[in-house]
Amino acid sequence: MSSTRKTKYHALSGGEAAAQAMRQINPDVVAMYPITPQTPIIESFAKMAANGKVTTSIINAESEHSAMSAVVGASAAGARAMTATSSQGLAYMAEVCYIASGMRLPIIMAVANRSLSAPLNIHGDQSDAMMLRDSGWIQIFSENAQEVYDNMLISLRLAEHPKVLTPAMVMQDGFITSHAVQNVLKLDDEIVKKFIGEWKPLYPLLDIDHPVTYGGLDLFDYYFEHKRQQIEGIGNALKVLRAIDSEYAKISGRKYSCIEEYRLKDASIAIVLMGSTAGTAKSVIDELRKKGIKAGLLKIRLFRPFPGEAIKKSLAKIKRVAILDKAAAPGASGALSNEIRALFAGAKKSPQFQSCIYGLGGRDVGLEDIGKIYADLQKGKISDKIKYIGLR
Amino acid sequence: MKLKSWREIPIGGVITEPGSAKKFKTGAWRTKKPVTDKTKCINCMRCVIFCPDAAISVKNLADLSEAEKVAIKVKTEAVLDCTNYDFCKGCGICAEECPVKAIEMAKE
Repeated sequence: MSSTRKTKYHALSGGEAAAQAMRQINPDVVAMYPITPQTPIIESFAKMAANGKVTTSIINAESEHSAMSAVVGASAAGARAMTATSSQGLAYMAEVCYIASGMRLPIIMAVANRSLSAPLNIHGDQSDAMMLRDSGWIQIFSENAQEVYDNMLISLRLAEHPKVLTPAMVMQDGFITSHAVQNVLKLDDEIVKKFIGEWKPLYPLLDIDHPVTYGGLDLFDYYFEHKRQQIEGIGNALKVLRAIDSEYAKISGRKYSCIEEYRLKDASIAIVLMGSTAGTAKSVIDELRKKGIKAGLLKIRLFRPFPGEAIKKSLAKIKRVAILDKAAAPGASGALSNEIRALFAGAKKSPQFQSCIYGLGGRDVGLEDIGKIYADLQKGKISDKIKYIGLR
Repeated sequence: MKLKSWREIPIGGVITEPGSAKKFKTGAWRTKKPVTDKTKCINCMRCVIFCPDAAISVKNLADLSEAEKVAIKVKTEAVLDCTNYDFCKGCGICAEECPVKAIEMAKE
C-alpha cells in the first residue's frame, strides 16, 4: 500500500453500522435470534462480543418472542438491553413489544424492514414496521447506513430520557440498506461514551432495597391512566428529540430533524416517503431542477411519535403532493397517506394529495418510477384512487 | 378509596409498595361462598393448603373459649378459623377438596 492518505470513512453495510453503534454503546444485555435481512446486525455484534470488544451478555434465544422477552426482563432489571429483528421476527415479538412499551422500558431494537409472509418474501418493504405502528414504540426511519449509525445513538438517548422512557425501533430498509456497503463516519468511542452517558434506571428490579413489581394486574381502575402516561411519554419524544439532535450535531456535524426537507422550500410538487427511496428521489429532484421543475422531497425520519405539526407546516404551500407508502394496508390507504391527509382535514388551504403504494416485497423503485410520479404531479394527474408504483 | 389521576401514579404499572395485593379485595368477584360446618370439620387443613388466595385462616386451639371448643370435633393443636370473604373468590376448591364434605358452596 503506497497510499498514506487517511480516510475517516469506514466501509460498512447498514447492518454493520448498527452493530458499530451497539459496540460503542456496549449494552449490558443483547438477546438475539437470527432472521434475514437483520442477521448482519447480530452477526457483526456477536463477532465483536467474541473478540472482547464489548462486555455485553449475549443471550442466544430460541425465538424472537423469547429474545424480546429476555430484553424486557433485562431492562426491567435495570440493564441497557437491545435486540434486532425483521419481518416475521417482529411479528412474533409483537405481543412482547406492547409489554416493553407498556412497562416503559427503553429498549433499543434495530429493525431491517422486510415484507411479511404470505407469499413468502425476504426483501425489503415496511409492512413489518407498520404492523407495530400503534405498539407504543418510537419508530425512527433511516435513509442510509450513516443514518442507521447516527439514529442508533440518538434513539438510545431519546428512549432513556426521563420524560420519554419509551422503547425505540431504528429502521433500515432490508437489503437496500442492511446489506449495501456505504461510507460511514463514526464518532470516537470516547465521544459516544460521553454522549450516551450512564443509564440510571427508574425502577430497577435488582435494587433490592426498593422492591418493585412489574407486570401487575391493572384493570378498569388504572389501565387507562397508565396508557395515558404512555401517550404522554412518547409524545414528549418530539420535543426531547429536537434537543438531542442539536447536541448530536455539535459532536458529529450532522444535523437531523424529525423530518428532512429536500429542495422543498420553493417546491410546487413534492413526494413524501420514509427510508432509502429518499436517496433515489433526491437524484430525480436534482435532474428536474436543472430543467426548471420545482420538485421537492419531504422525508419522514420520525414516524412515531408522528410529527404532524412539522409535516403540516412543511407541506402547507406545496401544490401537489404524492405520499408513498412502502406497506399496503389492504382495505384502506397506506398509514403515512392516511395520517398526512388527516392533518389537512378542514384546512382552508391544502395540497392536492396522491396516495401511492410502492416497493412491496422489495420491488425495485428506480429513477424512472420516481420521475413518473413527479411527471404526473406536474401534469396534475391526481386521483383519489391509490397508485401502485411499478405494478404490472 | 379515591382513585388517583394519571399524573399521580408510578409509570409503567410498576408497583412500588411490597405486599400491596392486600389492598386489592377480590371477594367482590364471588358468586357463591364457602360455608364451613365446624361440627363436621376434622381440621385436616387441606382447604388451607389448597386455597389459591390464602383466604382461610388457622387459630391455636388454646386461644379459643370453652364454648367454642365444644363445637370442634377433632381437637388438634391448630384448628380451622374462618374464611376471609374480602379475598375468597368463591372458586370452590376448598369444598371440592374437603374429605368430610364439611364445606358447602352457598348462594350469596
